[in-house]
Amino acid sequence: MADPVLSLRDLRIWYGAERGAVRAVDGVSLDLMPGETVGLVGESGCGKSTLGRGVLGLLPEGAGHAGEVSFKGRNLLDIKQRELRSMRGPELGMIFQEPMTRLNPLMRISDHFEEVLQIHEPKIGKKEARNRSMEALRGMGIPPTRYKQYPHEFSGGMRQRIMIALALVLRPAVVVADEPTTALDVLVEAQILRILADLRRNFDTALLLITHNLGIVAEACDRVAVMYAGRVVEQGPAYDVTTKPSHPYSRELLRSTISLSTTELHSIPGAPPDLVSPPPACRFHPRCPNAMAVCAQQWPPTEATSPGRRSECWLHATDRIPVGLEQPLQREALAASEEA
Amino acid sequence: MSAPVATQTLIEVRDLNVHFAINASFKARVTGRGGATVKAVDGVSFDLHEGEVLGLVGESGSGKTTLGRALLGLVRPTSGSVKLRGEELVGLPERDLRPKRRHLQMVFQDPHASLNPGMTLQTALAHPLQIHKLTSGDAETQAKVRETLELVGLFPTQRFSDSFPSDLSGGQKQRAAIARAIITGPDLVVADEPVSMLDMSVRAKILDLMIDLKERIGLTYVYVTHDLASAKFFCDRVAIMYLGRIVEIGTVDEIFNEPKHPYTQALIRAIPEPDPDKALPRDLPRGEIPDAARPPLGCSFHPRCPKAFNICGWEARDLQTMLESRWMDLGEDRYGEERPLVGDFSKLKSTEHDAFLPAGSGKDPGELLALLEKIRAEEPDEPMWTGVKEMHAEAHGVRVTFEPGIDPPLYETGGAKAACLLYKPD
Amino acid sequence: MTATTSVTGAPDTPPTTGPPKRRGGILSKIAAPYKQSHGVQRFMLVTGTAVSLIIVLLAIFAPLIAPFSFDTYQADGARFPTQGEPSDVNPWGTTVQGFDVMSRTIYGARTALEVLILAVVFSLAIGVPLGLISGYVGGWLDRIMVLIMDALFAFPYLLLAIVAAFLLTNTIDSGIVVTAIAITVVYVPQYFRVVRASTLSAREATYIEAARAMGAKPSTIIRKYLFGNVVQSVPVIATLNAADAILTLAGLGFLGLGIQPSEAAEWGYDLQRAIADAGAGIWWTALYPGLGIVLAVTALTLVGEGLNDVLNPTLRRRRIKRPVISSSAVGPASAPTTEREAG
Ligand SMILES: Nc1ncnc2c1ncn2[C@@H]1O[C@H](COP(=O)(O)OP(=O)(O)OP(=O)(O)O)[C@@H](O)[C@H]1O
Ligand SMILES: Nc1ncnc2c1ncn2[C@@H]1O[C@H](COP(=O)(O)OP(=O)(O)OP(=O)(O)O)[C@@H](O)[C@H]1O
Ligand code: SF4
Ligand code: SF4
Ligand SMILES: [Mg+2]
Ligand SMILES: [Mg+2]
Repeated sequence: MADPVLSLRDLRIWYGAERGAVRAVDGVSLDLMPGETVGLVGESGCGKSTLGRGVLGLLPEGAGHAGEVSFKGRNLLDIKQRELRSMRGPELGMIFQEPMTRLNPLMRISDHFEEVLQIHEPKIGKKEARNRSMEALRGMGIPPTRYKQYPHEFSGGMRQRIMIALALVLRPAVVVADEPTTALDVLVEAQILRILADLRRNFDTALLLITHNLGIVAEACDRVAVMYAGRVVEQGPAYDVTTKPSHPYSRELLRSTISLSTTELHSIPGAPPDLVSPPPACRFHPRCPNAMAVCAQQWPPTEATSPGRRSECWLHATDRIPVGLEQPLQREALAASEEA
Repeated sequence: MSAPVATQTLIEVRDLNVHFAINASFKARVTGRGGATVKAVDGVSFDLHEGEVLGLVGESGSGKTTLGRALLGLVRPTSGSVKLRGEELVGLPERDLRPKRRHLQMVFQDPHASLNPGMTLQTALAHPLQIHKLTSGDAETQAKVRETLELVGLFPTQRFSDSFPSDLSGGQKQRAAIARAIITGPDLVVADEPVSMLDMSVRAKILDLMIDLKERIGLTYVYVTHDLASAKFFCDRVAIMYLGRIVEIGTVDEIFNEPKHPYTQALIRAIPEPDPDKALPRDLPRGEIPDAARPPLGCSFHPRCPKAFNICGWEARDLQTMLESRWMDLGEDRYGEERPLVGDFSKLKSTEHDAFLPAGSGKDPGELLALLEKIRAEEPDEPMWTGVKEMHAEAHGVRVTFEPGIDPPLYETGGAKAACLLYKPD
Repeated sequence: MTATTSVTGAPDTPPTTGPPKRRGGILSKIAAPYKQSHGVQRFMLVTGTAVSLIIVLLAIFAPLIAPFSFDTYQADGARFPTQGEPSDVNPWGTTVQGFDVMSRTIYGARTALEVLILAVVFSLAIGVPLGLISGYVGGWLDRIMVLIMDALFAFPYLLLAIVAAFLLTNTIDSGIVVTAIAITVVYVPQYFRVVRASTLSAREATYIEAARAMGAKPSTIIRKYLFGNVVQSVPVIATLNAADAILTLAGLGFLGLGIQPSEAAEWGYDLQRAIADAGAGIWWTALYPGLGIVLAVTALTLVGEGLNDVLNPTLRRRRIKRPVISSSAVGPASAPTTEREAG
């Protein structure tokens, strides 16, 4: 098996805030294989975007980080900003959510592409640049006749596809796409997902796809990482996780997704915690239907539940639960202690 | 959900139009003529029965929000009629409309923006009561506010009535917005994508609340969404909108089990399904949603419709689209060969059903005609060819004559009503 | 108050429970910028406020603090010398007309404060409602208003004040009120612009449409929904304009317009009278009124800029320290999964 192109080891990214550190990413380890699409899912505010940006070193001033992001044998967290900037594009790409703001309204699509190519590959000829750009656009379903047009002449969905083409024209090894279809409609979304699916077949680009739609994960990803309160609580092959989730959070998230086959509404009680002072031990314990006494006291171990799968939950290590802590968690008791 | 019980008609909409002027020049604005218009709502008719939930589903820009706002008179319809229990609302001056607002309420998409950041929930909820003079005295107002907060699940009410929107989570804000909408005891609530900005884990709770309220205080909903899955769960009937029109309307069973309109069929197929075992095969309509200021001739879905046939409204623009998508698939070499034969697309001229495609500069129109004939032979499945009656070379280009198109009204299909010529009675 | 995180209470209550946050009264709102500011900003704010407060106190208690009245030219039957050097009787000397400089400077603060308060009140009372109505109603009314205001705004402000003061003095009266009105004419367009701009953006907010959907009248919408959200930008420009208005007032006084010397002491007028003295080595007649102007303008500018830095989020610098990540405070690292390791 190939080596991962990108691997995160115990990555932590904390924002400084007036109330204390916001532990947006708190001890995440994750690998990205060449040509693989990994979905990153979780509720709002669980640190998905922070993780995605952190991977590319796009963090605000007041963010502290620790751990390791290794890419081609180097820790990206140690590299100087300037060098990192030059790697963005040819090595690391990013697709943002709002396509309108990322294209210069005064530049033709052709200029956008040729500029990007010339910056990163100065030796490229005009003809070659044009061919490469048109090829990338064609892959995204933009007709070659529209190469010379301005951004405002395209629809939102087309602009988003142009952005994707722009991120891919340099053939980066890793691309992070932060909710690339959230602002779009079902049909355009479906088109883009199909394009992303084609992509992993045709290029060797590894894609980290951030979304909160589990339907997208099931359709477009090879693997999925479920994030809750700054931690990846479960990861594994997309098919397995979406059919047989092993972590209570993944299961509850999946159950609360409304799909065509939904006959009964389900939701997760409570809300994701404030990441300045997340709950002790298992961060999901205040909301978890399976919570045991141990969950509020000791960190759950990370267990391999089946090949290629990990789940951070006491349910998979019942034999190691200290005696007397297996009984269901008394939530009222916990709340009292929380107030103290 | 259950089929609608035949009850009284609450709202009757007939041939409603809402047109917006865009890019109007000064002259156009003064004279009221010229300038382009967007037909955001284009001849929509439907009935809404008491206690029913009607879903308005469609892509972005299809006019769902505008239709919802027009029902409440928040945007002035250009023409048509909206009757609330038989009473005409269109054309009423703002002053006479205001008292009616008590019965017609709206919940907006973005809970973070729909509450005044400077008002506590107590003040925000008390205001509608004061406007319509529904309570006498502060004590009664306060009691009513508390009662409503409790109704939407914001308790302890003591705590929530004094909090500001910024103290609340997204779901709580949406509950507060719902509380404000129901406090005047409305008959109709238009909910404009009430859950689309909320997290998956919260959506179900808000929908649950809306179902609960419907039963407890007898509401009628218009549920605007682009999420078919939640519409399937929540609605009794669904209207599918495309470019300002209702293209299909029927009960949930009809729409989801036997969609009649090709557009509805495509939409349903496009929904991502979290359970991979149930994922449906995808055949997506090609192309983009067209420019609303220049809708296609005939059936406005025809440029994307896989089932389109000769009378669907083929026109000059389709010729361009066909060539472009062909070149996209063929690759650089064939593009380089074929492109020079065709002139500038901006000089593509069209009258009703006939187009003039200019030849490339210095190229023989005969060569262009030959190219078109070749494409027709290579891609006989391209639906556009069904609508091409004749092609002949002229000086400087090729003239293509199309079959005249028909703009389909809603036809009976035996199930849902669909605006598709496949169901046109002979 | 339930403190449980289970499904009692609102189902989506964030787990952070506690007493509801209370908005304090006016006092805590005023104190907020001082609490939120740091470093240079705080220094600017505090110094500016302190100096302004001193000037205000001087102005209010002028009759108690100043040795004489602004138009006193004698004490104990003895006339003051003209252009007299600082002495025991007149600590800052006397002017060319034989008035006490210290008294006139202190009373000058009183005049400045009176004119300022009136001018700010007038311009707020006119500029804010006009901006609100123009921005909310839009259409022809808005276009005409903008045209007028822009024309006023394009005028050099001192010239405008001069014209206004000249016209008013000739037709109505002179004095503090008239001067304040002349200054008001200059500053109304500024409030109008700022308020109209924020109204235009607030008008599109969903909560305004929600108020309309509720059945609220336009006047109610403006009062209850727009006003509170639009006036937030006003304190900053009000302080900055006040600084500017001091200069305008001095300019008018310097030119002999507005307040007459017999009505009140005015720094600009005193400066103008002192011009000739400067050449003759008489420094005290110009120094103190000049200092008064400089201090007042600087203090108000410091407050204004300081407020701007604190209240304007685009200028606000995050002065938050980068958090230190100590591994003792965190949970264990989760183990990675790759096919390689698992297989
Ligand atoms: N610049 C910042 N400074 C301080 N805190 C921040 C900053 N950016 C994000 N946060 C906080 O970090 C946490 C994680 O935010 P992040 O944007 O990564 O979440 P997310 O999972 O991407 O959410 P969403 O689905 O809403 O995009 C949140 O609690 C957020 O409030
Ligand atoms: N005030 C307006 N002025 C001009 N055009 C408008 C206005 N409001 C809406 N439109 C146009 O009317 C059409 C329908 O818009 P509408 O907001 O009703 O769509 P929608 O179906 O609600 O879309 P979405 O899913 O994005 O909310 C669009 O083309 C839009 O640009
Ligand atoms: S560790 Fe305990 S609380 Fe956490 S997810 Fe597993 S069972 Fe639930
Ligand atoms: S009328 Fe029916 S078949 Fe023809 S284009 Fe429209 S949807 Fe397709
Ligand atoms: Mg995010
Ligand atoms: Mg809408």
